[in-house]
Amino acid sequence: MHSELIRVQDLGKSFGKRVVLKKINISINEGEIFALMGPSGVGKTTLFRILNLLEKPSEGRLFFRGSELTGGTICENINARRSMSMLFQTPCLLNTTVFNNVAFGLMIRKVDKNTIREKVMNALIIVGLEGNEEQKARTLSGGEAQRMAFARAIVYDPDILLLDEPTSSLDPANVAMIEEIIKRIRHERGTTIVIATHNIYQVKRIADRGGILLNGELIEVNSIERIFEAPEDARTKAFINGEMIY
Amino acid sequence: MSSIDFLFQGIIKAFELIFSLNPYIISITGVSIRVSGTATILATLTAIPLACGITFLNFKGKQALITLINTGMGLPSVFVGLFIFLMIVPAGPFGFLKMYYTQEAMILAQYILITPVICGISLAAIKAVPQPVIDTVYTLGGSRKDIVITMLREARFGLFTSVLAGLGRALAEVGAILIVGGNIAYTGSVGGIGEGLSYTRSLTTAITLETSKGEVSTSIALGIILISLVLSINILANFFQRME
Ligand SMILES: Nc1ncnc2c1ncn2[C@@H]1O[C@H](COP(=O)(O)OP(=O)(O)OP(=O)(O)O)[C@@H](O)[C@H]1O
Ligand SMILES: [Mg+2]
Repeated sequence: MHSELIRVQDLGKSFGKRVVLKKINISINEGEIFALMGPSGVGKTTLFRILNLLEKPSEGRLFFRGSELTGGTICENINARRSMSMLFQTPCLLNTTVFNNVAFGLMIRKVDKNTIREKVMNALIIVGLEGNEEQKARTLSGGEAQRMAFARAIVYDPDILLLDEPTSSLDPANVAMIEEIIKRIRHERGTTIVIATHNIYQVKRIADRGGILLNGELIEVNSIERIFEAPEDARTKAFINGEMIY
Repeated sequence: MSSIDFLFQGIIKAFELIFSLNPYIISITGVSIRVSGTATILATLTAIPLACGITFLNFKGKQALITLINTGMGLPSVFVGLFIFLMIVPAGPFGFLKMYYTQEAMILAQYILITPVICGISLAAIKAVPQPVIDTVYTLGGSRKDIVITMLREARFGLFTSVLAGLGRALAEVGAILIVGGNIAYTGSVGGIGEGLSYTRSLTTAITLETSKGEVSTSIALGIILISLVLSINILANFFQRME
């Protein structure tokens, strides 16, 4: 019953001699929240950048809705790229107002002005930034900036949302808020969400399935219940119990 | 008369000249603004697209072009003046254009002087836009064209600054326009000073001439106008830098 949205097949990535990812295989199903866990520096961001076509894989293949994304270059595959959205670990704010930042994805899609206003306002309400639309984005607080970037990522209704450690630098109130937004987006819009995190409690709270990345390899992909109750790999158990020394 | 009195009287007379809108002074100011303004517009239209090309395109000789621009930023203006002079004198290869001692020749000289300045500063401004901006535009579904537009928009204050720096250099420059323009004014005295109305006489070249003639108050008046123009440009540039 699950339809597959993204499939990664034997994907590898090296920077020069440094091998970061080895033989990664995952499929992400439509409408699920998938958590990618793993220690710092293991390659979560790198994998996300490959999924978002910002980076070319060194080997392997990438499928989106069953068709292969060829070349992996940024100019090709614009349609696939336009149905994705990625929230960076550190949000990058364009030097303009909050409104223009959030509207960006719609403006480049040549959406008409009234629809833009309506969608931007709606997205700002979702992230709790209504009333801040005329503020200069660079004057937002860290938590507000992260929520603005979130609004900017969801405003054009992507099919898949890649969240790279969206809460790692936030206070508990903002963390709770972001988690609520994630659940709401999935519930209301059926958006597929992939989230990278090293916070296993967060994974337990929001994700349906997860994968654990260790030393460049995906050691286990399973439902969250299985990962926490009965993991297949001993290293998974060590990781979630915080026994892993890395 | 003590030297202080001498200076003081010079300044008073200079203000009289400025506030009475002395036609000689006004015409010189007009020539400076017209020549430097035109040169700045043309240089901007060349330099900013060039900076974009260098940033966003890969082509052969790119590094050589960047070196050329960096060298051009410090080009001695008398050298540029001499070079253009040799090109446009009646016996020169472009003598048929009859540009010798014209405002057009002055514009050309300043254009060559300030295009590298505007281009160099623009390049630095575009380069200073952080890499994540590019990633952000791509991830939000942008094309290459959207990247270029966004980068320019992010660098906008630096780009304005580059144009103002070019205009400032053009206004303050003497050597090249003295050689190719000839520092000409039409004969006939206007308002009791000078030689009439300026044709190719700018604020800077007029100051050199009037000072050597001993017309100190005229020089001071011209100097005050020149400094006010350059100062306003710098205040504007400062304002743009603070906006970032
Ligand atoms: N462009 C690059 N050139 C060279 N090495 C890189 C590059 N990008 C990433 N790396 C290396 O790849 C490894 C994985 O980086 P990545 O950012 O994907 O880790 P991560 O799992 O996201 O870590 P964190 O949890 O700290 O964000 C790191 O060792 C990093 O130094
Ligand atoms: Mg990361």
